[in-house]
Amino acid sequence: MSTPLYEESIPGGAMWSMLIPRHRLVRLTALEAGANLSALLYNARNPLDRINVPDTLKALHTAKLTRGHILMSDMGCALASIVDDTLGWHDPLGGHSTAAHVREAFGEHTYQDYRNDWYRNAHDNFLVELSKHGLGLRDIVANINFFSKVTADLEGRMTLDASHCPAGAQITLRTEMEVLLVLSNTPHPLAAAGSYPRVPVKIEIERSEAAPEDDYCRNFRPECARTLALTERLYI
Amino acid sequence: MSTLNYIESPLDPVDAVYRHVIPAGDGWMHLIKQGQTLRILDLEGNQAADTLFFNADDLSERYSAQDTIREQGAIYLTSGTRLMSNLCRPMLTITADTCGRHDTLGGACAAESNMVRYALEKRFMHACRDTFLLQIALSGLPLTKRDLSHNINFFMNVPVTPEGGLQFADGVSEAGKYVEMRADMNVHCLISNCPQLNNPCNAYNPTPVEVLIWDADLHS
Repeated sequence: MSTPLYEESIPGGAMWSMLIPRHRLVRLTALEAGANLSALLYNARNPLDRINVPDTLKALHTAKLTRGHILMSDMGCALASIVDDTLGWHDPLGGHSTAAHVREAFGEHTYQDYRNDWYRNAHDNFLVELSKHGLGLRDIVANINFFSKVTADLEGRMTLDASHCPAGAQITLRTEMEVLLVLSNTPHPLAAAGSYPRVPVKIEIERSEAAPEDDYCRNFRPECARTLALTERLYI
Repeated sequence: MSTLNYIESPLDPVDAVYRHVIPAGDGWMHLIKQGQTLRILDLEGNQAADTLFFNADDLSERYSAQDTIREQGAIYLTSGTRLMSNLCRPMLTITADTCGRHDTLGGACAAESNMVRYALEKRFMHACRDTFLLQIALSGLPLTKRDLSHNINFFMNVPVTPEGGLQFADGVSEAGKYVEMRADMNVHCLISNCPQLNNPCNAYNPTPVEVLIWDADLHS
């Protein structure tokens, strides 16, 4: 990656959002082991058009997210392509933590007692961060969790792999439209009880270009080429 | 194929306070009061009933697929499943199921997702989301596209492999199979009787489903 246009480290517990132009690379790096970054994506021009996890999964015939996959909106458009990934599995099933999850797993750490080391949760973080963009509860849809792995066995039982994410794990997205990206660096809702994980995640953004004809994501499945073609219709 | 969980209902259709047949490709929206039981009956087999719920007393609270599967620790819905809201509260509980497994990962078909999945020319085919949009528009309730999220597909079979693959398998439903759920709060139930012709979710043959409602006092 060349010199980023923007670089920042998101501390454990924190929330983050940004309107990101089209065709930018967004690289996320877990600075320690055991990161979980809950994420929502919206079409910045029309936030009514937002990430649709089931449409993404069924178009790609997958229950995990990794390189080659394209995060799709509910209007059939490409929000962002996963152009690089060192982990091979990011979670689209587990949803996000609430105040009750965090309290149950880690106990109560209020702001009054712990100042900015208080225990925050993804649901409240999403509500706050979305409000800055005129959005709210009705706009919180099924989210994805970068750096986490949740498997389902043949009976359908779900398990979070607590050893999945090593320090230095990276995933890189390429925005395919102007995107509102909302992140909450908070524990996965299936995280085991114990100490509240606080893994900082670095975010870097740099300029990129439209997916070329031989692009890995464009050619990953025919559905990928079609969602990119539909996205072009936003820009005629 | 994993174990399927068959629980029959003690309720008799003769005692139902409401019965309605939803034709293939059509929609239905109806209030289910707390304590009432809703049955969805697959009349001819292998039909998918795409379903959403809204808290009738606070429409911003709605069914959440991710909260439902995570809180029960399993991705398939069947008897005993509590259908959870986006506030992680139980909305309904599945009390009987003669199908054994229902999907909540596959979402609803839409004109736009059909274009991505099959061909750009599929745009003008009927799809579940259009039914959802029409039903909420006709309902008079202050609901919009903003309120439509990740639904349940009753009678549909979408297995996930341990390696993280998603399959669209033949249905496990057949004519006469049903699923029943008791409302833990007042809910508006929104159903699209799936019109999909591009994949085997309906065995390429959309057919009617029946909905029945029983009052609370019939539970012993």
